[in-house]
Amino acid sequence: MTQFNYHSPANSGDAARLFKTSGDPKYVAGGQSLLPTIRLGLADPSDLIDLHGIADLSSIKASGNLVSIGAMSTHADVAESAEVQRAIPALAYLAGHIGDRQVRNRGTIGGSLANSDPAACYPAGVLGLGATINTDRRKIAADDYFQGLFTTALEPGELITSVDFPVPEKAAYVKLRNPASHFPLVGVFVAKTAGGVRVAVTGAGACAFRVKAMEDALNAGFSADALKGIKVDPSELNRDLHATPAYRAQLINVLARRAVAAA
Amino acid sequence: MSSVELSLTVNGKPVSVTINASTSLVELLRENLRLTGTHVGCDTAQCGACTVLLNGRAVKSCNVLAAQARGMQVTTIEGLAAANGDMHPMQAAFKECHGLQCGFCTPGMVMSACELAGRMQNPSEAEVRAAFDGNLCRCTGYQNIVKSVQTGLAAMNK
Amino acid sequence: MSDMSTQSPLGQAVRRKEDYRFLTGGGRYTDDIRLDNQAYAYFLRSPHAHARIKGYGLEAAKQSPGVLGILTGADIKAAGIGGLPCGWLITDVNGQPMKEPPHPVLAIDKVRYVGDHVALVVADTLAQAKAAAALIEVDYDVLPAVVKGPDALKPGAPQVHDDAAPNNTSYVWQIGDKAAADAAIAKAHHVTRLEFDNNRLVPNAIEPRAAVAHYDRANDQYTLYVSNQNPHVERLLMTAFVLGLPEHKVRVIAPDVGGGFGSKIYLYAEETAMVFFSKQIGRPIKWTCERTEEFLSVAHGRDHHSVAELAMDKEGNFLALRVKTNANLGAYLSTFGSCVPTILYATLLAGQYKTPAIHAEVTAVFTNTAPVDAYRGAGRPEATYLVERIVETAARDMKMDPTEIRRRNFITQFPYQTPVALQYDTGNYAASLDKCLKMADVEGYPARKQASEAKGMKRGIGYSCYIEACGIAPSRVAGALGARAGLFEVGQIRVHPTGKISVFTGTHSHGQGHETTFAQVVSDRLGVPMADIEVVHGDTDRIPFGMGTYGSRSLAVGGTAIVKATEKIVAKGKKIAAHLMEAAESDIEFKDGKFAVAGTDKSLPFAQVALTAYVPHNYPLETLEPGLDETAFFDPANFTFPAGCYVCEVEIDPETGHTRIDRFTAVDDFGNVVNPMIVEGQVHGGIAQGIGQALLEACIYDKESGQLLTASFMDYAMPHASDLPTFQVGTTCTPCTVNPLGVKGCGEAGAIGSPPAVINAITDALGVRDIAMPATPLRVWETLQANQ
Repeated sequence: MTQFNYHSPANSGDAARLFKTSGDPKYVAGGQSLLPTIRLGLADPSDLIDLHGIADLSSIKASGNLVSIGAMSTHADVAESAEVQRAIPALAYLAGHIGDRQVRNRGTIGGSLANSDPAACYPAGVLGLGATINTDRRKIAADDYFQGLFTTALEPGELITSVDFPVPEKAAYVKLRNPASHFPLVGVFVAKTAGGVRVAVTGAGACAFRVKAMEDALNAGFSADALKGIKVDPSELNRDLHATPAYRAQLINVLARRAVAAA
Repeated sequence: MSSVELSLTVNGKPVSVTINASTSLVELLRENLRLTGTHVGCDTAQCGACTVLLNGRAVKSCNVLAAQARGMQVTTIEGLAAANGDMHPMQAAFKECHGLQCGFCTPGMVMSACELAGRMQNPSEAEVRAAFDGNLCRCTGYQNIVKSVQTGLAAMNK
Repeated sequence: MSDMSTQSPLGQAVRRKEDYRFLTGGGRYTDDIRLDNQAYAYFLRSPHAHARIKGYGLEAAKQSPGVLGILTGADIKAAGIGGLPCGWLITDVNGQPMKEPPHPVLAIDKVRYVGDHVALVVADTLAQAKAAAALIEVDYDVLPAVVKGPDALKPGAPQVHDDAAPNNTSYVWQIGDKAAADAAIAKAHHVTRLEFDNNRLVPNAIEPRAAVAHYDRANDQYTLYVSNQNPHVERLLMTAFVLGLPEHKVRVIAPDVGGGFGSKIYLYAEETAMVFFSKQIGRPIKWTCERTEEFLSVAHGRDHHSVAELAMDKEGNFLALRVKTNANLGAYLSTFGSCVPTILYATLLAGQYKTPAIHAEVTAVFTNTAPVDAYRGAGRPEATYLVERIVETAARDMKMDPTEIRRRNFITQFPYQTPVALQYDTGNYAASLDKCLKMADVEGYPARKQASEAKGMKRGIGYSCYIEACGIAPSRVAGALGARAGLFEVGQIRVHPTGKISVFTGTHSHGQGHETTFAQVVSDRLGVPMADIEVVHGDTDRIPFGMGTYGSRSLAVGGTAIVKATEKIVAKGKKIAAHLMEAAESDIEFKDGKFAVAGTDKSLPFAQVALTAYVPHNYPLETLEPGLDETAFFDPANFTFPAGCYVCEVEIDPETGHTRIDRFTAVDDFGNVVNPMIVEGQVHGGIAQGIGQALLEACIYDKESGQLLTASFMDYAMPHASDLPTFQVGTTCTPCTVNPLGVKGCGEAGAIGSPPAVINAITDALGVRDIAMPATPLRVWETLQANQ
């Protein structure tokens, strides 16, 4: 790996200060995406600011109609949390099926959202549940958060502290994995919430997105059959070795129907 | 600050080192501590040959900075057998069930398996297969690894 | 196995002797070795698929901190170092030798694939070597590239070797009777025709290649640790054919090796350059390949494009098979690159069938891709895929049961001379088919299919009856076919004064369990407990000679050499025992670890005879040398012919295209089995790689740029535990007739037999004639769309 300075601040204020005073810093949470990126020479930060030393970033609390997950909670923490399992089983399921077991033991919800990999699982859950992303500066609605390829509403140095998930009436997440990387080729999160049905897709576009036509159909009647014939326009979807836009459009429909059935 | 002083516990023994900040945990183990049982098989944190336990959780040590293990307990394949050399039940199960061939992925497999003790009771074949998405083996076709893990867990959960 | 002295361990599932060290972190792989004062190597590789090198700017790199030396193709050329050799000469249809353009250790004048070796940088640390490599300026004149075999023959295609291989062609080679095949096809009742690719694969042993090279000035001695399957061959090729070093002054050690699958047979540029440079650097040099480098530079496997035609009469009897294959060799001829798509491929095109006329023509071409060489199965998976795909398709064309058409055409009389050079010694193909059908519960298939369809899923069943030629090889035959090496094996039995035994084998174990299997053989032959036997391999200084491990040859050839050595030990022991017991040598019997005088109760334990050989106080010194240490070379009279039947059942989700292998049953005839546990493990691993080829793995170069698009595990799909079912495996046995153990070899069968079984099942499920490998969800879904 290249050379960088390493910091382990004890609170978010120190973290933010370090970020401001360093040349080309990066926060590192679980590091499961960032560290390979640095090793392969695709990122070359001057300073790594490790967030593990900051207290109170990894608590998981469920109260009333809200589940609040600290940014440094690992995917394993979320998957194994009795509270998450009880309140939003679909979210526990999503967290329990990210990457592989070792990745889930290190990777964090905050890190995943800050990175916003187009094929990450969490963005589908966050957008599908209409979560709120809390930072050291403000609250960001999920609908405003994902802005493009590896691009989010976060400003430089802004630190995710927790994510608040409203408890849905029901929800499910279904994905088909890329046979090599095991990231989703497409993942679909469907939730029936107080504010209506939300359908969020990951793996298919530059970042997670909602499918309004499907939501409208499901609001009219929450059944898998309601989605028959509703296709996402393939022209906006990703093409790679493992999937074409047309195939992704097909998967979005199939997986959405399955998610509705499973919810 | 590009060099870091840290103390941690490796296989029950206290270790204090000064290392470059960019040193990964696997480099610390292999190069600084010469615990070469933990292997490196890829650059993208997928093969799992470098799996060790960090405070009891399986992690890919190529994908953790050594500095991030400060104050933590690291267990490697060298730390499993009894002081008299007797193999740990999971190691014994891999031998009994022929769960290894070339042996290169094996330490990662065994460490990954050890994490499951207490977390999985009598897992089914499908559950074990799913639990090993983070470990690649090119030799065995996994069948005997699955059997080894089931056998080893039965012994560990006893 | 506590009472080893009375019960032979032969045929027992003896747990492996080597496992303790692997399971406790005590394995010693090349990257684990750290020599005093070692420096680190990094290879600068070509970023272009095809480019002329106009010049280098090395100054900045040379001044970079920690740099000890930089070696380029210009230095290699100036030192007069020749290219890497190819070990097998193929003769073109026009009688000319194959075109063998130079394969320089470091690129000279031109780079020919992405990852081609441009410079070796040695520095105090790896980070310094990498940093310096980044400062090397190479002035490239980028040329158009060609990556697909058939494209290499098109008019105007970029010429990889210019005039050294016109039309990118190394050779056009043929086997069989063309006139007979043409005539039979012309008048046949039906001809089934298929055209398909055999997809390019990357072996991907989990241990990447690695080497440590050291020159000891005091003794003028080189030592090379290298992750390799055949250290003696590595040394011979490197010293005699490339570097011109004295063979006896180079020691090659292949310590624990983390998987090979063929990819570690070859003499590679990296270790060759390192050995050469180690003398100038004056310090040990270490190099460990990174995974992406491995993808770029390891020898790849397969990559054929073939047209196959099978002619039949109206009863479905095979009349002729005609094959045209384009084999992509990559940019250079790798060590055995030339024989894989010829000798190891087309000679297997008879399969298990008595097809009377067969003709195959193979055009081997150069492209701007990594060299292609033997990967698990090597030629035989390509042959089996072709034969078993076309046979299954022929059955569908003829509306016959796929097992019935096979049965009708099975070879049943042995020995059988095929029309493509090989003579099968023995086999019973119906027996393995019958057993496999039973184990696979083929009778229950219609009910399972109905159940799948009721869920909206598609189910299919596919068969594959494979044969392979193993136990490579009879030297005389191999020599006649163009081999530039012998293919015997060496075994040495050193009985120590206390009766303990060291066995030295020229084969190499990198997962196969030789330390156990060979000890079982010796324990059986000499009646010595397993615990008293140590098998030593992988070191040219400790082992007399050897050709190494590949082609499922280790037990059939190497094990037999060991048996021959035990026979010499017993023969000498009888002389000593006869002397000690004052009996005639002809009256001495050796049984259960004792030398006994026939018809009496007089006997001597093996250990006592061994002790006498080393303490020869009462000993026939006039007629017999002291000591008990024997070496044998064994060169077999023929290949061995493992064969078997695989049945695969898949369930396909038509909405996502995802294929799940529901059942996979394998019945193999490996002849006698020494350790059924190890044999089963080999079959499992082979099937996993075969399923990988059929469903997951594809090595893809960009057609325009020649960049490798699948250069990491992020893009190249390796089989994971969750991709595979539990395999049902069984065996049948017709003992091999060409070695005293009666063994045939089991290392490659799974990878050879399984791909056509999977694709036959998928095409059955989808109701289509063909689908390309790997049958990924995308491809299955697209195939369904196209056939709606």
